[in-house]
Amino acid sequence: MWKIIVRRLLIMIPQVFLLSILVFLMAKAMPGDALTGMLDPNIDPAAIEAMRERLGLNDPWYIQYWNWISNAVQGDLGQSFNFKMPVTELIGQRLMNTVWLSLVTLVLTYLIAIPLGIISGRFNDTWGDRLITGYTYVGFAAPLFIVALLMLWMFGFYFSWFPTGGSVAPGEVPGTFSYLLSKLYHMLLPALSIALITTVGTVQYLRNEIIDMKQKDFILTARAKGASESRVYNRHILRNSLLPIAAFFGYELTGLIGGTIFVESIFSYPGMGQLFLGSIVIRDFTVVTALVLLYGIATIIGSLLSDIILSIVDPRIRIK
Amino acid sequence: MAKSGTELPLPHNIDKSPSGWSILWQEIIKDKLALISLIFLAVVILGVFGTALFLDQKEIVTVDLFALYEKPSARFWLGTDYGGRDVFGQLIIGTRNSLSIGIMVTVMTGAIGILVGLVSGYFGGVIDNLFMRLVDFFMILPMLMMVIAFVTAVPKYNTLTFSLIMTAFLWMGIARLIRSKTLQEKELEYVQASRTLGSSHLKIIFKQVMPNLSSIIIVTMTLNLAANIGLESGLSFLGFGFPESTPSLGTLVSYARNPQTLESRWWIWLPASLLILVLMLSINNVGQALKRATDARQRRG
Repeated sequence: MWKIIVRRLLIMIPQVFLLSILVFLMAKAMPGDALTGMLDPNIDPAAIEAMRERLGLNDPWYIQYWNWISNAVQGDLGQSFNFKMPVTELIGQRLMNTVWLSLVTLVLTYLIAIPLGIISGRFNDTWGDRLITGYTYVGFAAPLFIVALLMLWMFGFYFSWFPTGGSVAPGEVPGTFSYLLSKLYHMLLPALSIALITTVGTVQYLRNEIIDMKQKDFILTARAKGASESRVYNRHILRNSLLPIAAFFGYELTGLIGGTIFVESIFSYPGMGQLFLGSIVIRDFTVVTALVLLYGIATIIGSLLSDIILSIVDPRIRIK
Repeated sequence: MAKSGTELPLPHNIDKSPSGWSILWQEIIKDKLALISLIFLAVVILGVFGTALFLDQKEIVTVDLFALYEKPSARFWLGTDYGGRDVFGQLIIGTRNSLSIGIMVTVMTGAIGILVGLVSGYFGGVIDNLFMRLVDFFMILPMLMMVIAFVTAVPKYNTLTFSLIMTAFLWMGIARLIRSKTLQEKELEYVQASRTLGSSHLKIIFKQVMPNLSSIIIVTMTLNLAANIGLESGLSFLGFGFPESTPSLGTLVSYARNPQTLESRWWIWLPASLLILVLMLSINNVGQALKRATDARQRRG
């Protein structure tokens, strides 16, 4: 077991390294640099040139890369010229919002997916199953931003059941119970929009698993022993078909990354995705590169997680 | 051994195994939903490209200050947007642009993915290893953010660069799939036989292995087309796709980012949203039917 984890961690190192080089070169290709935003435009160009020399902006790219990466490893990702504050601090403010949104989404995803998958698999080819299959068909094709927009229009504006933006009602004091409730209330609609799309894969998978499992010999044995129908399903079938679902957890995590960008933008939810889009629009590139690097690392960790879970769950794919 | 010259009597009706195309076609005919979707798609494509010939894109995207936010009427079938531009005309042009870019990106990702997949699956070894590490690396990139960052960083930005950027981050899935299928295919006897007869690697890959994978290629490309249209309209929706002078379906939906438009001016964004939804659904229906056709156990026809 430890061998796999160590091996996967070793693969991660060149991946992160390559990612950082790519992100750095991308930042260099973008118009403007760290100085553009920090200085008053009225300053003498010669003085700017001297400043550039002093800050090392005229060095060859690999030296600049080395300076940037050694700072980044120590947690210094530069200054945001728009917010006039360190990027790490700025991201820190938004990070928790996105993490909470993702967590609520994951919980909702499994809350919706597992019962639907079980109903659809257990009572296959009934009306309920057809309804659920129809939903997965539509959900598979529907793009997230349209679903989110329709949800916002219907439940946010038309019925006014949910707030239409922000992450907490103004005037709430942090730390109180009502603050927490208000946060959750603001998160519910965005999270539900993502969850409705991400459940689809899990529902389809669970349905197929259960239908396959029904024919297996050990189920026949269980029935022959006189186990009740609910015992057969809950003890014998579910235990076997839920394990692979657990393995997809890491992939769900990486899938959320793209999703939160759309949803945070639509629901004007102050998370990292919204920060990313806002920073791109105002050309605040230090923030942009930091966020791309962070999301890239999150993707790598997500795939690491799913590989590890998968190898725990399924002994056949363990690396010897 | 007296009559070695006589020919064996040929059986009259050999059951020829049906060709790949006819299996795909049979499956679509059998699946009513897929058939309806296919007809709908054909109507939309012909209608949109046909009408777009008569519509002038310049005229439609010209701002008309005397007709801001008009409700649907006889003159403007779907009303006008914040610049007084006819929504219906934008819808037609937008569908054309979205479909064109979707097809372009699908063809380009397909070409790269198939080439990489075939070569690395067929040769294996070091080449395979190199290509797959490259694919692994591209897979971990946060695709959406990379595309957005490149769209803003590229100096000369137009439709072609946009589709090239999308292609650069979308070719990996098909490459992986084709590689795994090629790995199975090259173990089959016909490849060995062809090799023994002296065919070049190039000929085996493109004339013998690739045709055998054609149905899988068609299925993936169809499903990718739907995904690419969704992605393009999503990017345009966020404001990082087409410029406003070349409307796409996503551009129309993006007007809904103004809360007032979202709340009370449905005619601007709702038709485009529904069109995206229906387009993606029908392409997917056709794709799923084709997918079933490639797996003999699931076929209906």
